[in-house]
Amino acid sequence: MNATISTEMVMLLAALLFVLGITGVIIRKNIIFMLLSVEIMLNASGLAFIVAGAKWAQPDGQIMFIFILAMAAAEVSIGLALILQIYHQHKSMDIDKLKEMNG
Amino acid sequence: MDIAFYIAAFITVISTLMVITRHNPVHALLYLVVSLLSLSVIFYVLGAPFAALLEIIIYAGAIMVLFIFVIMLLNLGKETAKQEKEWLKPRVWIGPAFLSLILFAELFYLIYDSGSPITAIQTVDSKIVAITLFQPYIVAVELAAMLLMAGVVGAAHIGQHKKITLHRFLKEGDDL
Repeated sequence: MNATISTEMVMLLAALLFVLGITGVIIRKNIIFMLLSVEIMLNASGLAFIVAGAKWAQPDGQIMFIFILAMAAAEVSIGLALILQIYHQHKSMDIDKLKEMNG
Repeated sequence: MDIAFYIAAFITVISTLMVITRHNPVHALLYLVVSLLSLSVIFYVLGAPFAALLEIIIYAGAIMVLFIFVIMLLNLGKETAKQEKEWLKPRVWIGPAFLSLILFAELFYLIYDSGSPITAIQTVDSKIVAITLFQPYIVAVELAAMLLMAGVVGAAHIGQHKKITLHRFLKEGDDL
């Protein structure tokens, strides 16, 4: 492989994905879509780590990506359990319904 | 290999854009799977085949299946899509989208004037990744194991249904 992809292009892609994810978190009211957008943001940060690892041909970037992956798996399992619980209590996925949450 | 990166990047951006704009949760989820697959192509092009495989196996295989499971369990279908259409009006999203655009412009400015091409991408294969993972990073691996354990226990605890025990004189419809 003799590709010469510039680092800044990949970092720009990661930045674009991160911004798209943050937009998704802000504009959505459905909790499932917000969680999906958080996943997009985690992926974008993983891409940044991978390109940093590829630039210096070191494995540390991929290792950080593996840790991000483990963190995402734990986060998703907790988040989905919370979503199930919220749906059973409020019968809705609206995040605004939770503003009167008081224990 | 250069052109493969640009095609995959284009697909990633388009499908991610679709994820945050779809009304039906299942459609958004499928677009996210497409986005993850094209991102794994990018990882492969960048010389990280192990990360590309993990992206497919864990993200597209495990995490997305969890999402699909929850969506099917909650039976989110047409009504959710209708409600989403009602919620997602231009009046709602135009302000946040503009602010995010400003944020992206800032990031663009910060990233663009630095950086150089990756000369001769070398494949960092899984062997060296595994050696580094289990020698200098072993503490972090164990911490990640504890995190996953806490995730499992927490999900099992949060997800369980608490049976509401009413007093026998109270009717079930009464609001507590």
